[in-house]
Amino acid sequence: MNIHEYQAKELLARHGVNVPSGQPCKSIEEAEQAARTLFDAGQTMVVIKSQIHAGGRGKGTFKSGFKGGVHLCKSVEDVVEKAKAMLGQVLVTKQTGPEGREVKTLLVASAEKIVKELYLAVLLDRNSSRPIVMASTEGGMDIEEVAEKTPEKIVKETVDPSMGLLPYQARKIAAALELPSELIGQAAKLLMGVYQTFWKCDASMVEINPLCIVENVDGTHGIAAVDAKISLDDNALYRHKDIVEMRDLGEEAPLEIEAGKYDLNYIKLDGNIACLVNGAGLAMATMDIIKHFGGDPANFLDVGGGATREQVTAAFRIILSDPNVKGILVNIFGGIMQCDVIAEGVVAAAKETNLSIPLVVRLEGNNVEIGKKILNESGLQLISGDTMADAAQKIVAAV
Amino acid sequence: MAILVTPETKVLVQGITGGFGGRHAKLSLDYGSQIVAGVTPGKGGQKFEDKVPVFDTVHQAVAETGATTSAIFVPPPFAADAILEGVDAGLDLVVCITEGIPVNDMVKVKRALQGSKTRLIGPNCPGIVTPGEGGGSSGGCRIGIAPGYIHKKGNIGVVSRSGTLTYEAVWQLTCRGVGQSTCVGIGGDPVNGTSHLDVIKMFNEDPDTHGIIMIGEIGGSAEEEAAAWIRDHCKKPVAGFIAGTTAPPGRRMGHAGAIVSGGKGTAEAKIAAFREAGIQVAETPSEMADVLLKIM
Repeated sequence: MNIHEYQAKELLARHGVNVPSGQPCKSIEEAEQAARTLFDAGQTMVVIKSQIHAGGRGKGTFKSGFKGGVHLCKSVEDVVEKAKAMLGQVLVTKQTGPEGREVKTLLVASAEKIVKELYLAVLLDRNSSRPIVMASTEGGMDIEEVAEKTPEKIVKETVDPSMGLLPYQARKIAAALELPSELIGQAAKLLMGVYQTFWKCDASMVEINPLCIVENVDGTHGIAAVDAKISLDDNALYRHKDIVEMRDLGEEAPLEIEAGKYDLNYIKLDGNIACLVNGAGLAMATMDIIKHFGGDPANFLDVGGGATREQVTAAFRIILSDPNVKGILVNIFGGIMQCDVIAEGVVAAAKETNLSIPLVVRLEGNNVEIGKKILNESGLQLISGDTMADAAQKIVAAV
Repeated sequence: MAILVTPETKVLVQGITGGFGGRHAKLSLDYGSQIVAGVTPGKGGQKFEDKVPVFDTVHQAVAETGATTSAIFVPPPFAADAILEGVDAGLDLVVCITEGIPVNDMVKVKRALQGSKTRLIGPNCPGIVTPGEGGGSSGGCRIGIAPGYIHKKGNIGVVSRSGTLTYEAVWQLTCRGVGQSTCVGIGGDPVNGTSHLDVIKMFNEDPDTHGIIMIGEIGGSAEEEAAAWIRDHCKKPVAGFIAGTTAPPGRRMGHAGAIVSGGKGTAEAKIAAFREAGIQVAETPSEMADVLLKIM
């Protein structure tokens, strides 16, 4: 699960990480109030940021034609004007795709005077099966590009999960970021906080880009998380009720939310051949084989080990609500499940949804002959596939 | 021989009184596997299927029955603890079927496994089958959720992250009259107990394994590591398949570990690593067995 920047900053602040003061605002009035509070407290510049899950907000453009999803403002009036142009509008960035995302929340925060931008992330290192802290002096940039072109500019520190990030490791990273001595202590404290946020919230990634050296009003320097992105481990959400409440369904594809209700793992793609498969690996391989034979998969769909009649019906409904879909390939390896039971489910689902597009069914496993007989005698216009290759070729030919 | 388990291996089932665990424990009994004990805290003293004694702790089950291996079917919030209980009881092998364990729990488990003698397979895996000589390969050792009857005793080792793709490969082999030594599902999570490479090394040493099918998928770099080792050390023919060529980057494809992130873990990179290591790559999952048999 992903959360918004303002929510990520809230979690970070809870763990002692210095984030610029600010407020999430869902109306012009709230934005005005938040801006007034900041200016009254002595801020001379305020930033207003669109809260959507996609990156590239600053360089994005609203469908209204208004440019920029992030703006610096010098007055309350300025904030109000910008908020009016942003709130409720659809922002298109390089990560949203052409459909864009509606901006329903704005983060109004103090605009820090940035001296230097750095990069910081905590994530799982799959090779060592341990958390890893990644930092770079090249902040504000695309870190993948940094890793590609100048890997020496990325420092990594592996964390022993039985001890957590140790203070000396935090200082080591701070020093590698070429921070001045007077900021090492403060930076180390921030690093410890970021790690704690990662570990205690069961995050799969915490990314601070940029992490900034900022100039305080009194001229001294400090360190702050100016932007923040957190993804959470779905498997651990059961123990974080407060974080689950941060879920924004408006940021997720409606069909994927619907699929989740039936324990179906569905991911929409751009093609026109839908597939319904049991098992994640086989589901991926089914997409691949459709492509291999010249077709274009419309989705990933894993019905899991059970594949009950109710699930299969829900899966058909979800698949068919994608207007691009011109054919369906059902590929089930009925290992423990009986193929006849699956066949009955497929027939019932096809009838219930008044299926009118080509359907190729490939069943393998227990009672496969009875299953095929049920399909053949169903009165449905369906095509039977013997192997995966056979079934894939048949559906590609049929659409 | 075979690897990891033989028809003689004594297996206990953690979570045997649950619906899922009970169903598969029964299937393993029917297959002829030595299911000698069950463990469910609070249900010690009961009998499963009127014959398998249930204990409150893994320690008791091991002391009473001599079980050396465990299959775990307990729900995700309690699975990490169940694995560690098996480790503490000194089991040789723990096979965790449970799907949905928090990653941080597995990070802690993996740390705790260091220096222990226990090998963990999984989690989020279909388990292990060493086929037997009876009808439908019965009489072998079935730990987990794989359909037993699709197997056939023989000399091909199969290792995969995915359950149904393992069945697909096994069934292709069996339909061509070719049997398997052992089939191992290592699971689809980002942190698992045993890697492709660990299993490949065991197959390489096993005199009863004459050829190997290795099935991988997007995410991580375990397939690349295995390929590098195979190139330099493996004495046996290996055929491979990688799932997820069409998977969009940044999306988790069902398995928690199946994700291309930061441009890493792509199917293209894995297929290239396979080819470079001399592994014969099946273009489609329909050809996994044929590709191997061609080089045997």
